[in-house]
Amino acid sequence: MTALLSVERISKRFRGLVAVDSVSFEVTKGEIFAVIGANGAGKTTLFNMIAGALEPDQGSITFDGAPIHGLAPDAVCRRGIARTFQLVRPFPALSVEDNVVVGALAHRHGVSEARDRAHALLQRFDLFDRRHQLASALTLPDRKRLEVVRALATEPKLLLLDEVVAGLRPTEVDRLVGVLKELNRDSGLTILMIEHVMRAVMALAGRVLVLDHGTAIAEGTPDAVVRDPAVVQSYLGAEAV
Amino acid sequence: MSAASLTRLGGDDSRRIVVLLALLLVALLAAPWVVNDYLLTVLILILYSAFTGQAWNIMMGFAGQLSLGHALYAGLGAYVSAVLFVDFGIGPWIGFLAAVPVAVACGAVIGFLAFRFGVAGVYFAILTIAFAEFARIGFDHLAVVNASAGLFLPVHQTAHNDVWHLRGDPTMFYYVILAASIAAFVLCRLLLKSRMGYYWLAIREDEQAARAAGVPTFRYKMYAVMISAALTSFAGVFYAFFYNNLFPEQVFNIGRSIEMILGPVIGGIGTLFGPVLGAFVLTGLAETLNAVMAAVGLDIPGAKQVFYGICLLVVIVALPEGVWPPLARRLGLTKAKP
Repeated sequence: MTALLSVERISKRFRGLVAVDSVSFEVTKGEIFAVIGANGAGKTTLFNMIAGALEPDQGSITFDGAPIHGLAPDAVCRRGIARTFQLVRPFPALSVEDNVVVGALAHRHGVSEARDRAHALLQRFDLFDRRHQLASALTLPDRKRLEVVRALATEPKLLLLDEVVAGLRPTEVDRLVGVLKELNRDSGLTILMIEHVMRAVMALAGRVLVLDHGTAIAEGTPDAVVRDPAVVQSYLGAEAV
Repeated sequence: MSAASLTRLGGDDSRRIVVLLALLLVALLAAPWVVNDYLLTVLILILYSAFTGQAWNIMMGFAGQLSLGHALYAGLGAYVSAVLFVDFGIGPWIGFLAAVPVAVACGAVIGFLAFRFGVAGVYFAILTIAFAEFARIGFDHLAVVNASAGLFLPVHQTAHNDVWHLRGDPTMFYYVILAASIAAFVLCRLLLKSRMGYYWLAIREDEQAARAAGVPTFRYKMYAVMISAALTSFAGVFYAFFYNNLFPEQVFNIGRSIEMILGPVIGGIGTLFGPVLGAFVLTGLAETLNAVMAAVGLDIPGAKQVFYGICLLVVIVALPEGVWPPLARRLGLTKAKP
């Protein structure tokens, strides 16, 4: 097994606050890897460093054999890492279809080729019938899916999902989890997810990293991690076990 | 500010749009045989405004970058081509080819400074005003262009129209600016349907999300400024040869910049028809007002500006998207569901 993404001792400070403190982990090709932790544990900061939105103060990030820390977000995307945002950010005045076409243009030069790719993805995610609607007119679950579709349109090797099921009803969670699982199984897409909803983590992730106040306190399979006393203490609380 | 119908307009063209365009084109082509000299001059002003509006719209309507200093690019086009003509006898078309790199370079400097150092939104708009003002003050003291005394192009009576040197009667100028407006319209449509257009709209809608989706935002914002500057410089060339006199105080005046944006704002920012419709509505009504005031013997200085202000107010309050998007929906020219 080869590491697709390898994060080595990265740190990020915001003035006095150490948001991420020397965190290391590896994501293997084809796996679904989850990062969990309480609010303010540094998950999103970690994510933003991988996606190029923030530059790490220390440490290195290697993707597909090449260092990517310090690259701009658009360059990171073209290398093969696509992300979603915790608070979804579709292009509101563009149609659902055009939102996805923008993503698909990352690796396809012609607009009509990109449109074909967009259609295929929209069908897979049940958004095809709404393709002419403006993105601003979609409901939250649909916008969440659109966010994932737009990211997938860039043909990533690694998909970064930032709390993609937060705010969804349990049935919607299961539906999205199902599609993601399918994608992972069928096309071998590697997924790195930040998640609060343990229901989704338990259903999807092969391995879990637990962050607490910027440091990694546990790593392992979901089953092992939720039994770890340190994790229960800091994050899950008694009732979750 | 985002125009809801924009993307659908760029999508599948309904036949109605084609019919509408064809009718408009025939009417405009036939106009010189029908209208008198005064109305022809009004039409030239309208098309000039449609052209500059279209050029400005690339930056603001497509890429979401507000420029309030577009007089800079028109002024550069005017001065470069006029100086080449007056001092070296070089015709306006070659002059235009010389003006484009000058305008593009200026646009590139402004764009680079702003986009490299994160000057965005209102601050970007102020930067564009500042550069136009630099140019106004600079040219006012520049001896090569006769400074504030103004630059005059030689006018000589010719029996026939000379398109190559842009010397001739209003009908010739009318067809030149009509051709330019059509070219600008077609160019904008092609751009909007291309990869560049999609990337611009993505930047306009959400720059961070665009970057995350792989859009190299810096580069595409630079393209927007440079293409817009190049197009606008042609308007300046036309201006110089149509009016035959240039004063820095006038051509680089912020009022010129504002006039350029009124058409698209009233017609509909980010749409292809907005700048055209806005030009007809605004210039058409303003000239009607002029004619009526002249007929009843009223002479109120500044009446046109007040009128522009009222138009802008009415549109912003009643039709925040501009006149075109709701009209297009009413006419069934768009499939957009806002």
